[in-house]
Amino acid sequence: MKLTENALGRFVPVEINGEAQIPFQGVNQYRPNGCKAKPPIRSCIDYPEEGNKVVKSLKDALKKAGLRDGMTISTHHHLRNGDDLTNILFDTIKSMGVKDIRWFPSASFPIHQHLLQYLEDGTIHHIEGSMNGPLGKFTTEGKMKGIGVLRSHGGRYQAVQDGEVHIDIAVIAAPTADPFGNANGVNGKSACGLIGFALADSEYADRVIVVTDNLVPFPCVPWQIQGNNVDYVVQVDSLGDATKIVSGTTEITKSPDRLLIAEYVAQFIEEAGIMKDGFSFQAGSGGTNLAFVLYLKERMKAKGVKARFVRGGSTKYLVELLEEGLTDYILDGQTFDLEGVRSMRENPNHVNTSPFTSYNFHGKGNFASIIDAAVLGATEVDINFNANVVTHSDGYLLHGIGGWQNCLYSKCTILAIPSFRDRIPVIMDEVTTICGPGELIDVIITERGIAINPKRKDLLKALKESSLPIKPIKQIRDEVYEICGGKPAKPVVNKDKVVAVVKWVDGTVLDSVFQVVK
Amino acid sequence: MSQKPIKVSAGKRGDKVRSDCFVEIEQKTTGGIKINLISKVNSMYGESIRAFLEEMCAFFDLKNAEISVEDSGALPFVMAARFELAVKRLCPELTKEFLLPINKKNSYKTTKERLRRSRLYLPGNEPKFFMNAGLHEPDAIILDLEDSVAPSEKDAAQLVVRNALRAVDFYGAERMVRINQLPKGKEDLKYIIPHNVHVILVPKCEEAVQIIELEDEVMRLKKEYNIKDDIYYMPIIESAKGVINAYNIASASENNCALAIGLEDYTADIGTQRTDEGKESYFARTMLVNAAKAAQIQAIDTVFSDVNDMEGLRKSVLEAKALGFEGKGCIHPRQIKIINESFAPTSEEIEKAKKIVKAFEEAEKNGIGVVALGSKMIDAPVVKRAQRTIHLAQINKLIKENWRETEEK
Repeated sequence: MKLTENALGRFVPVEINGEAQIPFQGVNQYRPNGCKAKPPIRSCIDYPEEGNKVVKSLKDALKKAGLRDGMTISTHHHLRNGDDLTNILFDTIKSMGVKDIRWFPSASFPIHQHLLQYLEDGTIHHIEGSMNGPLGKFTTEGKMKGIGVLRSHGGRYQAVQDGEVHIDIAVIAAPTADPFGNANGVNGKSACGLIGFALADSEYADRVIVVTDNLVPFPCVPWQIQGNNVDYVVQVDSLGDATKIVSGTTEITKSPDRLLIAEYVAQFIEEAGIMKDGFSFQAGSGGTNLAFVLYLKERMKAKGVKARFVRGGSTKYLVELLEEGLTDYILDGQTFDLEGVRSMRENPNHVNTSPFTSYNFHGKGNFASIIDAAVLGATEVDINFNANVVTHSDGYLLHGIGGWQNCLYSKCTILAIPSFRDRIPVIMDEVTTICGPGELIDVIITERGIAINPKRKDLLKALKESSLPIKPIKQIRDEVYEICGGKPAKPVVNKDKVVAVVKWVDGTVLDSVFQVVK
Repeated sequence: MSQKPIKVSAGKRGDKVRSDCFVEIEQKTTGGIKINLISKVNSMYGESIRAFLEEMCAFFDLKNAEISVEDSGALPFVMAARFELAVKRLCPELTKEFLLPINKKNSYKTTKERLRRSRLYLPGNEPKFFMNAGLHEPDAIILDLEDSVAPSEKDAAQLVVRNALRAVDFYGAERMVRINQLPKGKEDLKYIIPHNVHVILVPKCEEAVQIIELEDEVMRLKKEYNIKDDIYYMPIIESAKGVINAYNIASASENNCALAIGLEDYTADIGTQRTDEGKESYFARTMLVNAAKAAQIQAIDTVFSDVNDMEGLRKSVLEAKALGFEGKGCIHPRQIKIINESFAPTSEEIEKAKKIVKAFEEAEKNGIGVVALGSKMIDAPVVKRAQRTIHLAQINKLIKENWRETEEK
């Protein structure tokens, strides 16, 4: 496999799954040109006049959509770990004897380990999305037929929009839909809040199949997915396990160390001057990120400060901010708990967004760069502030990128992470896989020290008198190495076999994941 | 060493185990050393773990054995303790100790009068809680060998605590160890006295003679190991008899630094139950404060056991402070900040203390032996108290280090 060195000094393949690639050229250096991808022209006269696109089964719909070997099939991940539909989809594809599918999910979850058999028997050729748990293990050990591609939520939209990925058939799980194909995620027994990750799929795929377990008469409002883009509607008994689609309540971490980190984050945001009237921030779904919202809320109340908007992943904690008047809006990308779903259904200021509105590289502007602070996690961070979210320090794929890369564009990107886990250093010399270039990462907040990127002289100055434990990142690394018993060895990998690549938000190749040698 | 093949084990394993390991040693008659390592951190530290295990085998003179280690990310000080325990379970007569170097960052000493507002209890056989304990800024950490350790794991905790005292950076917190109830607790001393301990907590103390006997043993060990640093004692009163003898206990040794009360056992002993109001323990607590003050040492209150009730904790600390207590035990790191804040002086207390300290400094400057504030004479203990108040105000950031200058402007 031919590799080339990219702008970060990482070796990446020049060709992936038969397609030529562009290596990462540096942040904001690459500008593709030409025209956006376009779906085929369809005409309404080819669809039922009375608007009823319901067909009798998923198999029937796939047949009508022209399913054949080598096609690209997309799914979204709003049903999270309760998603039975994707598993049923591939059972059906298998039963039809179709092979070499490129599966293009917006993310995968543990429930999808059911699909391992289809990776093994060749039904699925490779995955472009995320490869977690057993799927990650399978991929990392070099068993997948093709090379995996990891993209951010924004990167997925970019890839569809500029034609890097052409979706043949989009299968959209819809908690509520009408026979015309209008669909939403806020109603029905499988309600998941919104289904924005399926937006690009509905607009750009050759054929679009909406699958619902709550078919209502036309019109299904709100129509988060427009029926005008939909070819077929399939009714099923159940999309999945509602208790795993959204959690009943989202729990704040109880770990004293994580809470300490969260407290530091809130103090940092106030002392850096970010917390002022009309500001905005993004909070992830991890326990530390949720806890930071509570601490920041106390500080906002004490100072009488109100945010203009917050970005979710929404949970009841963001909903409380909205309902207590501490923010004007929630701009929501996905809904994590029942309170989030309720709020989105009832409150017009809890706004449904998609990767198009939030993160899109080919948009005329980027929401992500308007945000004052984003608080994110990472599995590893190196002394140049480069960070990793996709692989474990043993070289195995661990989880997807999500919106993480896109959020790095915020005005102040904060990684709130422990400095080590058990005996695994998190702050280290060189990350296993680069997912985020250090120049976009401003602050690392750990339980044993806070490192500010030397590029951010303004932050260093603002925090000069702070009581926070601000230290050079190398000092934190030294402390961590001392605790863990020295510098960790790197995983043994086969440098000739790339099993997956990490794309940057512009579609260039940021880094490679190599086959782990056991 | 006995040559017949036997198998022993030590440590922890299972899905929920973190930062610990399970060690099994099967002694053989031939075949040399065979190491089977399953480690969560194999790709990062597998080689160094194998080298470490071999080093320990050589140290303990193990020649023919199969060593199986299931490692859930144990730090070296934990793995060493588990391995040593397995070896000692194999050969109980062995006296050799595998000692890690003393962490240079732990060379700080303590003083009798040090602040002891918050003391964080750490179960002695749960090393995963140790590394970050000091980051929560307790005045002290307590490595517990007593109630939080199962009877069958007492030997395990002794080694973990010994290794932690030497190797773990507690970030400036005073290092305390709660030994087992005397006389059994004397057995614990050799695992802590030579290894960098600051304060020994003596549970269920009932009579002065217990402290005197403890001190004899401490002095003997200090001499044996040539330990020069001060080691203090904090008797914990947990019974009716202990309360009655409180002053004798408090004054039994010059090295007592504080007297603490444990109310769970005390209320059981007097045949009642703890209430939020606390009328049942009012006598014991005031008696204890009195005894401690009469012996010129600190009085430390019991723990507040509801870790979710932060407002209840705050109230409880303010009440303890009003009774004359200067510290409280913590069972969760989140309690530390509230305890430290609540023991902070009020603004009236600070203003008064400032005046006293200034008057004292003025008198000193002018070479006057007597300190007076207006027409009132001020005794030395009052000055000392005021200085302590100023110190507390400073560390709670209620006044600046240079408050004298900012005052005058």
